[in-house]
Amino acid sequence: MSDADAVPATPAPPDERLKQTTLMTRLLRRPELGALAGLVLVTAFFMAVANPAMFTLAGIMNFMAPAAQLGILAIGAALLMVGGEFDLSVGSMVAFAGLAFGTVLVTWDMPLVVAIVATLVFAGGIGAMNGQIVLRTGLPSFIVTLAFLFILRGLTLVGLKWATDGATQLRGVKEAAGDSPILELFSGEAFEGLFAMLAANGWIDTFRNGTPKVTGMPVEILWFAGIALVATWVLLRTKFGNWIFAAGGDANAARNSGVPVRRVKTILFMATAMCAALVAILTVLDAGSTDARRGFQKEFEAIIAAVIGGCLLTGGYGSAIGAFLGAIIFGMVLIGLTYTNIDQDWYLVFLGGMLLLAVLFNNFIRKRATGER
Amino acid sequence: MTDPNSTPLIEVRDLVKHFGSVIALGGVSMKVHPGEVLCLLGDNGAGKSTLIKTLSGVHAPTSGSFHVEGRPVSFQSPRAALDAGIATVYQDLAMIPLMSITRNFFMGREPLKGFAPFRHMDMAHADTVTREEMRRIGIDVRDPQQAVGTLSGGERQCVAIARAVYFGAKVLILDEPTSALGVAQTSMVLKYINQVRTKGLGVIFITHNVRHAFAVGNRFTVLNRGKTLGTHTKDEIDIDALQNLMAGGKELQDLGAELGGTV
Repeated sequence: MSDADAVPATPAPPDERLKQTTLMTRLLRRPELGALAGLVLVTAFFMAVANPAMFTLAGIMNFMAPAAQLGILAIGAALLMVGGEFDLSVGSMVAFAGLAFGTVLVTWDMPLVVAIVATLVFAGGIGAMNGQIVLRTGLPSFIVTLAFLFILRGLTLVGLKWATDGATQLRGVKEAAGDSPILELFSGEAFEGLFAMLAANGWIDTFRNGTPKVTGMPVEILWFAGIALVATWVLLRTKFGNWIFAAGGDANAARNSGVPVRRVKTILFMATAMCAALVAILTVLDAGSTDARRGFQKEFEAIIAAVIGGCLLTGGYGSAIGAFLGAIIFGMVLIGLTYTNIDQDWYLVFLGGMLLLAVLFNNFIRKRATGER
Repeated sequence: MTDPNSTPLIEVRDLVKHFGSVIALGGVSMKVHPGEVLCLLGDNGAGKSTLIKTLSGVHAPTSGSFHVEGRPVSFQSPRAALDAGIATVYQDLAMIPLMSITRNFFMGREPLKGFAPFRHMDMAHADTVTREEMRRIGIDVRDPQQAVGTLSGGERQCVAIARAVYFGAKVLILDEPTSALGVAQTSMVLKYINQVRTKGLGVIFITHNVRHAFAVGNRFTVLNRGKTLGTHTKDEIDIDALQNLMAGGKELQDLGAELGGTV
């Protein structure tokens, strides 16, 4: 063929119908924009309305602790949602993992290390089972994990009675944990030296005798931040992250391009369950006991935080930082209301309202991002 | 151009595929040489989809021989076919609209850098390659991080083809790449198919639009009810004969007369 090299070597002229991408468009393309805007709004609201004590160091630690517990769940839920699946069983999983943790530690009298590893492995196994049922049957994960929401909650009740001879609360965790060297990683506060140093220099508030009002940062906040960073890096910068987006965006197209969709989704189910197990370990060690109501309805709050963070219910779009911000919004409102004269029960109204707003906003953003009309 | 005596990139003989009691392919033979476009024509249900799925490793054939560059092969998965240089671009399953062009382009074959456990995608390199490859096919991408959903249907097909070419495909199987496109976008895709052919790739172009086939095809194989109705080179057959062959002739002519024009 004579026209063999008739390759357009020069770039096509820019399409005059397309505007240059503005900073605004690029910002709107970030899934976590909504959560960031929400956080700014909520902060502004409480700054105006709440007792100023809320935004002292002690107040911030106060709302960050519940935010961290929810946030660890929400980040797991967010990755799974980006991967195109739901897990409604994470709340029950917290209770069930708490039971497993308590049983190994207290009833079987194993060392703390063994109990922690066993709990994480056990939760990962249940997550993998969830995933396998969803992937092999092709049923919606919504239904499969809804079943496990009840199964795990029921098993926790039954198991607690078995482990404690009839009670629904298993005590004695603190005594059993003893002074294991790894206890510091999962319980209490971190950076105590730093806080003491800051206090000595007068940079943070102290009581009259010189001890700081906040003696350290609760470890769950560190876990929360650490998991958010790792999850964000994995999602945005690694091959596995690309596979998560692909599996959730269109499993068939991903498979045709050589992405091992099943493996990706199974790992995500496992990671989500292990996040729940971590929350169980942190909170059970903190409280010194475990009970059947642990993690009650947390699955919904986790999913709502993920949605506020920009995750689409249809998968393939979302962010871990968004879920991080979403969880902070939750903690702020839950605790912040106690710093105001507003009735606590407005919290639930807020929960629903925020979800509705977030979904509407996400829908709008998605249309902007894809140029869909 | 094509040397008919060269080793074909793909050659299948008497390919048979049964699904239970249904005979989807009842003995199909065809071959593709480097630097040629083989058009697979056929009406709905003729077995086009089954044939390409067998060629691309989705289905294993029930019987028949399948050679790639002279060597007998039997693919266990689409990945195996891909590794042998057979890339398939599906009409609607090629791209993920919510993902960026770069992420789509490198989906499943992400460029990595760094050491485990900190190995990560080389995004800067990926963006550069994507922008360069897009420029080469005449699509001006200002921002390779923009979602694929913002591209037109024709551009998406071209991105999918460019991706296959970039990753070293020797044979491209294009499943009805033009069927959902408007006129301008169709010509954009056809132009690009021709460009790919001149690079020495073999192209299997599946379509039921004879005009599109005739625009870029070198040879034409017509499928009907799971069998080939013969293969014709471009100088042997004209567009009307091809159309008749494909539609089973008679009825369409009758319909044409009835409606007072060509169908």
